[in-house]
Amino acid sequence: MARINLDVNGKVQTIDADADMPLLYALRNDLGLNNPHFGCGLAQCGACTVHVDGQPVRSCVTPLSAVGSSKVITLAGLGTPEKPHPIQKAYVEEQVPQCGYCINGWIMTAAAFLNQTKKPTDAQIKEALTGLKCRCGTHMGILRAVKRAAAMMG
Amino acid sequence: MTKMEKATHFSRISRRSLLKAGGALVVSLGAPVALDTVLGIGDAFAQGTKPPLTPDQLSSYIAINADGTVSAFFGKMDMGQGLFVAIGQMVAEELDVPFKAVTVIMGDTATSVNQGGASGSTGIQMGGKQMRMAAAEARRVLVDMAAAKLGLPADALAVTDGVVHAKGDETKKASYAELIGGRYFNVELDWNKQIGNLLYAPGKAKPKEAKHYKIVGKPIAREDIAPKVYAQEDFCTDVKLPGMVHGRMIRPAVAGSVPVKVDENSIKDIPGAKVVWEKGFLGVVADKEWGAIKAAEKLKVEWSDAKPPFPDQAALYDHIRSAQVRKREIGGREVGNVDDAFKTAARVVEAEYEWPFQSHACMGPACAMAEVKDGNVTCWTGSQKPHFVKDGIALSLGVPVEKVRSIWVVGPGSYGRSDADDAAMDAAVLANAVGKPVRVQYTRNQATGWDPKGPASIHRARAAVDASGNVVAYEFTSKGFSRIDVNTNGGAPKDTLAGHLRGTELKSADGFGVPAESYEFANKRMAWETIPPLLERASPLRSAHLRDPVGPQVHFASESFMDEVAAALNIDPIEFRLRHVKDARDIAVIQAAAEKAGWQARPSPRKDQAGNKVSGRGIAYSQRNGTRCAIVAEVDIDRASGKIWARKFTIAHDCGQIINPDGLKHTIEGNIVQGVSRTLWEEVKFDLNNVTSVDWMTYPILDITETPEAIEVVLINHPELPPTGAGEPSIRPVAAAIANAIFDATGVRIRRVPFSPDRVKQSLS
Repeated sequence: MARINLDVNGKVQTIDADADMPLLYALRNDLGLNNPHFGCGLAQCGACTVHVDGQPVRSCVTPLSAVGSSKVITLAGLGTPEKPHPIQKAYVEEQVPQCGYCINGWIMTAAAFLNQTKKPTDAQIKEALTGLKCRCGTHMGILRAVKRAAAMMG
Repeated sequence: MTKMEKATHFSRISRRSLLKAGGALVVSLGAPVALDTVLGIGDAFAQGTKPPLTPDQLSSYIAINADGTVSAFFGKMDMGQGLFVAIGQMVAEELDVPFKAVTVIMGDTATSVNQGGASGSTGIQMGGKQMRMAAAEARRVLVDMAAAKLGLPADALAVTDGVVHAKGDETKKASYAELIGGRYFNVELDWNKQIGNLLYAPGKAKPKEAKHYKIVGKPIAREDIAPKVYAQEDFCTDVKLPGMVHGRMIRPAVAGSVPVKVDENSIKDIPGAKVVWEKGFLGVVADKEWGAIKAAEKLKVEWSDAKPPFPDQAALYDHIRSAQVRKREIGGREVGNVDDAFKTAARVVEAEYEWPFQSHACMGPACAMAEVKDGNVTCWTGSQKPHFVKDGIALSLGVPVEKVRSIWVVGPGSYGRSDADDAAMDAAVLANAVGKPVRVQYTRNQATGWDPKGPASIHRARAAVDASGNVVAYEFTSKGFSRIDVNTNGGAPKDTLAGHLRGTELKSADGFGVPAESYEFANKRMAWETIPPLLERASPLRSAHLRDPVGPQVHFASESFMDEVAAALNIDPIEFRLRHVKDARDIAVIQAAAEKAGWQARPSPRKDQAGNKVSGRGIAYSQRNGTRCAIVAEVDIDRASGKIWARKFTIAHDCGQIINPDGLKHTIEGNIVQGVSRTLWEEVKFDLNNVTSVDWMTYPILDITETPEAIEVVLINHPELPPTGAGEPSIRPVAAAIANAIFDATGVRIRRVPFSPDRVKQSLS
């Protein structure tokens, strides 16, 4: 066990944890953030995705030792109903999710992608999201929402 | 004025004695209610204590809160297809209150009766029907109460936004809040004595005629989406209890083997680590989740020798073909004399189709919490059927069922009898053993590897054609593993892994199904046959309901076969169907899909394409419990790679009365995309010892890069008919529509799912 500082959603907090423990468990259990979600623990689905210094990262396989002083943003830190990220707004407007368990992966990955890519093509959007899983089959809605958000972001 | 009836069971304690006993008894959900208000509303409604939570009580479904808002207690659950909205619409419509005034409260056994949970696309069809009747009865009762209060006949009153008023004089009024707000209805319903999906308990009221609808039929958005998008809603995986410890289950490498030696010392360094071991049941708990993960990894276990339980997967379909039939059943009625008709046929068309085991493979592995405290057990579960989970826990732990409460909290996806029910039972056993609240979280390999599976099957079809080219006989037979090795819920130890592992036998029951369609032939027989499970105890290949249980496999075969017959007779596939389909609504969906898709009549396959990349179109149609849909698929095929792109779908969908067209469209899209995934990719792999599909690499599903370009949905609304289900019907014909499109493009018929690139390439070469 070690004392570890984590910079999450703009706040530095100290936890006692093993340095080899994945970030996911620190976020969920030590910091009480119920997002992201555990989906596979294998970096295969994306349900645990957070931003680490602006990049989408699968927190289920990212040991705390690799996080260091990087800035971690979770879905809760991405935006609020009052000040949403465009992809969150688009997700609500398009009524995308069925069960909604997968949305950390899509929203956090799409947000990082859209922050860096203006006016993306459909092929670029799909390429940016490939590998993420949605078991309910909301693929059509996901793509509509990402396009809608891209339009909002000009 | 209508005389208010006395609720019979109320006579046990007289109203006067209740009132004399003091105000506390007269108060329930909301603020205290003045005595004169109670007296004013008459005997039948003056009970302050809640009537029993039984299906024959109006208060079990509907409550008017002190502020006039409505709580609707629903014994089914929304698996993300918008039932929160649809049920709210139905209740608000009948009560004449604004949609926003209704809150639907689902899936807590302490607040709802057992309406069957999420099951068989019956949320609206059966659950909504009951809520509609209950809401209509509540309105009737409230109008009668207002009539008494206002001194006007009930038929001189109308209701606007929860206020009963005289027709033509809105100053003479009484609001629902004034009439009963904060207190319970005490009205008995005419319960049919069934629980589950079949529960039906109408009152005296008749529901509205569709022509008066103001809320039903409107596209109202879901309100549960924003909280998910802004990380404000907790899933069942997020429930945290004071003093909770974390659990993990340990499953054998060889299915059927059990622990014979467990070395608890191997995890003694992990804070709070404990082993829970009972016969085959083996789990660990630890204070922290990371500790539980480590403990499950580190625990030294010696397993019994077990004979490898499974056949070589390459021989699976041969196994099914040669296995002894445990039960055979003719579906519906045999028409004519099929055997004789085949004897005199000029020509026989026949084919056999194969469908693999498939996994629920929910987005997140199941998770459940259980707490055993002072003899009471509480379980938080993502199960579709929390009321049955309650029964299962009572039986598993040997506690009276009234001491158990099961609370549904939205889970990580649910498409039938998934791993959620097993996790609930494991959590209860662990919590009971360690004396602390336990959260058990399955791992990915347990979710995909050990969930109950959709059964594998083969399907034989043959058609007899006479000398003039008319189909004179049709026979369709499915043979496969039952769809109910374990029941559709975790209501008994025999139906859960924990039960099997703690010594209750798996008791596989017989269930399959036949095609649901209206083809008319002079001689017709459809049947199914079940075979025993491969392993008669805790088995990673035990079968159970997976979204549209056996529907995709049966209709993949039957609707592929109709195409094969049409092709053999050189007839356009839609024309062939329309010659034989007899139900008017079936005909309507087929025609609507064809028209929307711009279908050009010609026989399949097309013969105008050369080269590596080819395209085709295919049709398939089916019914499901009153709903019918027809799908036209347009697919692109890369012959060299074997890669299929199911590029476009056009679906016509008729589920009777539409409650919410937006929710319906989203539900249909999800069905089709999941159907494409199951058709193109999904197959549970196994070796002699165990299931080897244990993650997303070994159980691939449809990727976002493979999303259809378009799904065109034509909704056929029948406001005059009762609503039927939409959660599953449209997944049913997807596989056949794709298979038929592949045939149209290539002239090659693929009769085994999934259509993975390797299989397609092989079939085309």
